[in-house]
Amino acid sequence: MTDATAPAPGARSRVGQGSLLRQDTRTIKRNAAENRFRIYGLTAICIGILMLVFLLTSILSNGLSSFRQTTIQVPVTLVADRLDPEGNRDPAEMARVTTFGYAPLLRDALVGTIADAGIETELDAGDIADIVSDESVAQLRNFVLANPDLLGQTMPVEVLASGRIDGFFKGRVTYATAELDQNISPEQLRLAEALKAEGLLATGFNFDFFTAPDASVTRPEAAGLGVAILGSLYMMLVVLALALPIGVAASIYLEEFAPQNRFTDLVEVNISNLAAVPSIVFGILGLAVFINFAGLPQSAPIVGGLVLTLMTLPTIIIATRAALKAVPPSIRDAALGVGASKMQTVFHHVLPLAMPGILTGTIIGLAQALGETAPLLLIGMVAFVREYPDAPWEGGLFDPATALPVQIYNFTQRSDPAFVERASGAIIVLLLFLFLMNLAAILLRRRFERRW
Amino acid sequence: MNDMRLSERDVDMTDVKIAARGVQVFYGDNHAIKDVDVNIVDKTVTAFIGPSGCGKSTFLRCINRMNDTIPIARVEGEILIDAEDIYDRRVDPVQLRAKVGMVFQKPNPFPKSIYDNVAYGPKIHGLAKDKADLDAIVEDSLRKAALWDEVKDRLDAAGTGLSGGQQQRLCIARAVATSPEILLMDEPCSALDPIATDQVENLIHDLRRNFSVVIVTHSMSQASRVSQKTAYFHLGELVEYDDTAEIFTNPKDERTENYITGRIG
Repeated sequence: MTDATAPAPGARSRVGQGSLLRQDTRTIKRNAAENRFRIYGLTAICIGILMLVFLLTSILSNGLSSFRQTTIQVPVTLVADRLDPEGNRDPAEMARVTTFGYAPLLRDALVGTIADAGIETELDAGDIADIVSDESVAQLRNFVLANPDLLGQTMPVEVLASGRIDGFFKGRVTYATAELDQNISPEQLRLAEALKAEGLLATGFNFDFFTAPDASVTRPEAAGLGVAILGSLYMMLVVLALALPIGVAASIYLEEFAPQNRFTDLVEVNISNLAAVPSIVFGILGLAVFINFAGLPQSAPIVGGLVLTLMTLPTIIIATRAALKAVPPSIRDAALGVGASKMQTVFHHVLPLAMPGILTGTIIGLAQALGETAPLLLIGMVAFVREYPDAPWEGGLFDPATALPVQIYNFTQRSDPAFVERASGAIIVLLLFLFLMNLAAILLRRRFERRW
Repeated sequence: MNDMRLSERDVDMTDVKIAARGVQVFYGDNHAIKDVDVNIVDKTVTAFIGPSGCGKSTFLRCINRMNDTIPIARVEGEILIDAEDIYDRRVDPVQLRAKVGMVFQKPNPFPKSIYDNVAYGPKIHGLAKDKADLDAIVEDSLRKAALWDEVKDRLDAAGTGLSGGQQQRLCIARAVATSPEILLMDEPCSALDPIATDQVENLIHDLRRNFSVVIVTHSMSQASRVSQKTAYFHLGELVEYDDTAEIFTNPKDERTENYITGRIG
């Protein structure tokens, strides 16, 4: 006779011997562990978001002002016999007059304008001229050389205010800091305020920031990203034209055609390893192979593009192979089963299905290449370039250029505080490009996926 | 007794569509098919039955050289289709597969329209002279697969949007569109419900008029319903091959008997 309440011999203890309404100690412990884990995860995410917010705030607060620029309206009289001593309106002859010939014109025009407006100032003519950027004189000269027929007339010219005056209207420079600054005096700031009150000085959208080339260390107000954006664009073209076909061809071969042997294993391992090679190593490789051995020019987008292609290839190959692998084998069977050749199977069925993944991988690779700085430093793209490269079909890929990330690096190397604003502005532009590329990746993926 | 039958069968070689002679298949070191000899008769449905892993699918995939896609698979012996060895070096598997169509276990339509699914084979083999010709092939194939009436109004719809049974019939239409002589079916109904299965089985009956059908199935009742000849595979060997009625009512081998009476497998 066995006791009904006693556990049967060999019976194991059960879960929830007591009431279901009360948690047992084990369950309490388990739930506590789960809650703790959730809190850890949430904390990690919060820290991440906080850092991102901090980064964006700092960049935006420093950089947004670079999209605005202070300019001064001055009617300049283009005195013919000073700008064209020979009197024949030949730009080649006129080019002998340097900016020193133009500076007095602008200075006189400014002093005249101030006097006409009835603004009283104790400043001498030299100090008045200093509220205008040095770059303005060069701009005026380029303008005259391009339009020699305008000589003798009085032209309304919009000139850049100097970096300090620009900074004053963006809140970077104050009367207090101007006291200590030998480049600007409070009196000049007062003059600028008076000009603004007369409507002769205004702060507007800074188109030149996107189109103008870099400017010298003393002219932050004139520095732009034109050459850098063009250089980055050219490099992206080179990367896209080389990395996409080579990467996709290599992946298709490795994934669909290559025999499984030691050699292909070695290739695969090396591709994965290449993805982790520091980018500066690719820079040294590019320096050795493309510049020293192949003799391509320094600072050229073609070399930058080739180096970035090498760097992007592993990313594209890995993404493409993953996308090809993700295509169900039943599709391959189906195509082979109706008598498609291996290549028809790949190009008619596998590749279209893998396309969203390939495109995403490519764009992510491109975005990575767009932000890459280190290899470009080694192939001379860190140089100061003021000339725009020609159009790609006119050999512009071989002209010197800079790239966006390198331009940012360059800006941050300069002492004038106005370059902090320019660097942050350039970062915003770079981030905007990256954001647009990622958006394109997402849209392309959506579009391709909706087809089936 | 088996020898007697083999010699008997050799007499009517005129009807033999597929003849396998000493076929061995290895997956690496694994000997998957052991010395299979079989004559498959034209315009009949031949069923391959046997427990899982007995090699019936492997052998089926040898007939259109789908095993070529598996790098470690190795086939020895010879398989003759119309007295030509398909493992001859001169044979291009692509050409062979146009002649030997295949329907797979899981319906695997291309992620394209119904029309494109069926038209793909004729297109790549250049079977249609013009668009009208291609349209005719597509309609004919869909009719042969008993799917025309259900999809004729939506040929542009995605093939993957059909129901499971319709998808499998679409795959059959796709396979017959290249006018093969032999149709291989690898458990074509295992992913289908009973109603769809019934439709596909009826279809197999009709297909017999135009094709030699070889079907691998797990269901013995299906084998008995659709086939005229049945081969029983066990651990890579062809144990018994005879008329379906004979196999199911009067098996010669103990292993066959055990399997069909449900004692193994």
